[in-house]
Amino acid sequence: MTSNVLAPPTTPESPIGWMRRNLFSSVVSSLVTLLLGALLVWLSMNVAQWALTEARWEVVTRNLRLFLMGQYPGDQAWRLWTSLLVLSLLAGVSAAVFGHTTRVLAVSVSAFQVLLAAIMAASPVGPLITIGMLANAVLVWAAMIVGLRLGVPRRALMVAWLLSIPATWVLVAGVGLAPFPSVSSNLWGGLLLTMLLALVGIVLSFPIGVLLALGRRSALPAIRVVSTAYIELVRGVPLVTILFMADVMLPFFLPGEVRIDRVARAMGGITLFSAAYVAENVRGGLQAIPSGQVEAAQALGLRGWQTNLFIVLPQALRSVIPANVGLFISLLKDTTLVAIIGLAELLGIGQAVLAQPDSLGAHLEVFAFVGLVFFVLCYAMSQASYRLEAAMGVGKR
Amino acid sequence: MTDRPAGQRHQARVPPWRDIRVLRVVVQVVALLAVGLGVGFLATNLASNMSERGLSFGYGFLDQRAGFEIGESPVSYSANDSYGQAFTVGILNTLFVSIVGIALATMLGIVVGVARLSPNWLLARIAAGYVEVIRNTPLLLQLFVIYFVVLVQLPPVRESIALGDSVFLNQRGLFVPAPLRSPTFMTWLGIVIGAIVLVMVIRALARRSGATWRDLPLGLIGLLLAAAVAVVAWIALPEAPLQFDLPVAGRFNFTGGLALSTAFTAILLGLVLYTAGFIAEVVRGGIQAVRRGQVEAARALGLSERDTLRLVIFPQAMRIIVPPLTSQYLNLTKNSSLAIAVGYPDLFKVGTTMANQTGQPVPVIAMVMGTYLVISLATSLLMNLYNRRVQVEER
Repeated sequence: MTSNVLAPPTTPESPIGWMRRNLFSSVVSSLVTLLLGALLVWLSMNVAQWALTEARWEVVTRNLRLFLMGQYPGDQAWRLWTSLLVLSLLAGVSAAVFGHTTRVLAVSVSAFQVLLAAIMAASPVGPLITIGMLANAVLVWAAMIVGLRLGVPRRALMVAWLLSIPATWVLVAGVGLAPFPSVSSNLWGGLLLTMLLALVGIVLSFPIGVLLALGRRSALPAIRVVSTAYIELVRGVPLVTILFMADVMLPFFLPGEVRIDRVARAMGGITLFSAAYVAENVRGGLQAIPSGQVEAAQALGLRGWQTNLFIVLPQALRSVIPANVGLFISLLKDTTLVAIIGLAELLGIGQAVLAQPDSLGAHLEVFAFVGLVFFVLCYAMSQASYRLEAAMGVGKR
Repeated sequence: MTDRPAGQRHQARVPPWRDIRVLRVVVQVVALLAVGLGVGFLATNLASNMSERGLSFGYGFLDQRAGFEIGESPVSYSANDSYGQAFTVGILNTLFVSIVGIALATMLGIVVGVARLSPNWLLARIAAGYVEVIRNTPLLLQLFVIYFVVLVQLPPVRESIALGDSVFLNQRGLFVPAPLRSPTFMTWLGIVIGAIVLVMVIRALARRSGATWRDLPLGLIGLLLAAAVAVVAWIALPEAPLQFDLPVAGRFNFTGGLALSTAFTAILLGLVLYTAGFIAEVVRGGIQAVRRGQVEAARALGLSERDTLRLVIFPQAMRIIVPPLTSQYLNLTKNSSLAIAVGYPDLFKVGTTMANQTGQPVPVIAMVMGTYLVISLATSLLMNLYNRRVQVEER
């Protein structure tokens, strides 16, 4: 075979040809196009008219601070800025080091910050805040460029990510000492609480889920039965019932002197809930490992835990990353359910804002803003997961 | 071990802490002990906490008077009925909204999924946009939008939006004619079921016989025949088997007819629109997974467009679609617990009311979770049976 085979010649299609093929290929198709086109134009004109002339966007801009960080004390806000700074920095460097999918995520982080800055510019939070948010968006790109030049080792970056988790916790929640006085979780709210619930949920549920998945495939009947029972039990009930249990029933199950605050209880409920779903995702990955891998490990004299840790898990976990991104998206959306038990995450803050006397009736404005925030975050992650899936060739190997 | 082959007898005995058989037992006993101790710890706390508050764990309250009204119920219920009856109403409402929701979401999902594959670019893009918006925003937010932005702002009763003189839409909900059974209903139903059974038997026999007429679209012909029988019987019977009770505008509200409250409409609409977005993706994935060669082969064999879809694409796509479809049905059922956000009295809402009133959250929520679990397990069992039917037996 010669390698210089030419691709078949393609003639660039004229716009009219494209339209004839894709919009007016038959009588029915033409009718559908005209009908949908008219509907679309009518709808966009109505939406544009409402958004530009009627909507009371000041309800959102006036309460922007509440939407972003709830009642978090203003003189401690620098701690949130610091953690945001760390996130931007790490996202940028990761995009340089890991490439591909992380780049999509980093670009989305930056784009999201630009979006927030744009909303801030229209709100009375002041130019300094707006510029700070824009600076963060630029920082992502700067970190990416520096990362590409310097060549940060992968391992150092992984360690940095792992360290960033406790560091964020110290920054946001505080340790009760001088630079970081404790900030009660009652004061957390809005986007901050939404992100914390989702991040804590996924980070903590991951190891539990992996253990449950291994337990479900264990050769030991007792462990298998316990793991399977837990997974099926949790997957069979709605998240609100678990949140309700964590909120109302947990105090009944703990000794009288133990008091856990409400946010931590909600985090516990979300973690235990998503652990079962992580377990099922990981089990899918474990099942896809050909048995020859395990047999080879045994032939080499590896022990059971060594086989799992060095041979099976690295391959299985790699192949379930896209599924876990999907899980994270639904987890992020599901954090809105804590509004039902009365916590003020983004949607809960929205309801609180709507109860203000001068915000009455501004439902659509508030919901549009909350919806936009969720859409941008979830859409970016789902695009990243599609790319990752394609890059890894899941289902092809 | 005495029954070892002779060649191995000289080996030293494995010490018990390295003997895999001993270790297996020890690990399991330790694991069970840990779980047992954890559960025991929680149970002791529960017992002591409850006795401290003067409560006793039990279901005696189920026979007591509930004392709260439930907005809507498929069976008659009043505040004087027991907690047990209130709970049953909650279960029935959850089942009702889930079953109707599953049926409608499947239909809409198939339509949107097929639309995404349409050769018409505009239609495909609009379907894709719908799917992305629905899948990337929280269901609770969508419910709020449907309830507070769309339904609550409908006109009041006097200015109802009317569709003909039998369907009305206003702030109070959707009012449609209610079917009423007349004395001849059972006779009519018997005749129709008999006709359908007869058609199915003939179809099964024809398939087995190998006669040439078995290739006729027997399903369609049979359906038409059964429908004809139904219509003839409807006219021939002395009294129409179903009569319709029309909603009549009263002073403040409608009387008669079937009233679907705003809360029900909101949760149903929310569940259907949300789940349809996910089902659309499942359907699209299933259809796209059918290899292109299959379609080309069907064309080469001279199958019509309809037969290609019916005999080649559909059976193969079903195999891929059914398992993820099952989990979407389960999700819909579980998501119906969000009905509490719009005030529809489903299982979870009735359960929380009961938990507050009786001061017994633990047994009540255990009952609620148990019921959801049973519904989930029953659904996956049914779908697994169906799945087994559509799967190909591998050689």
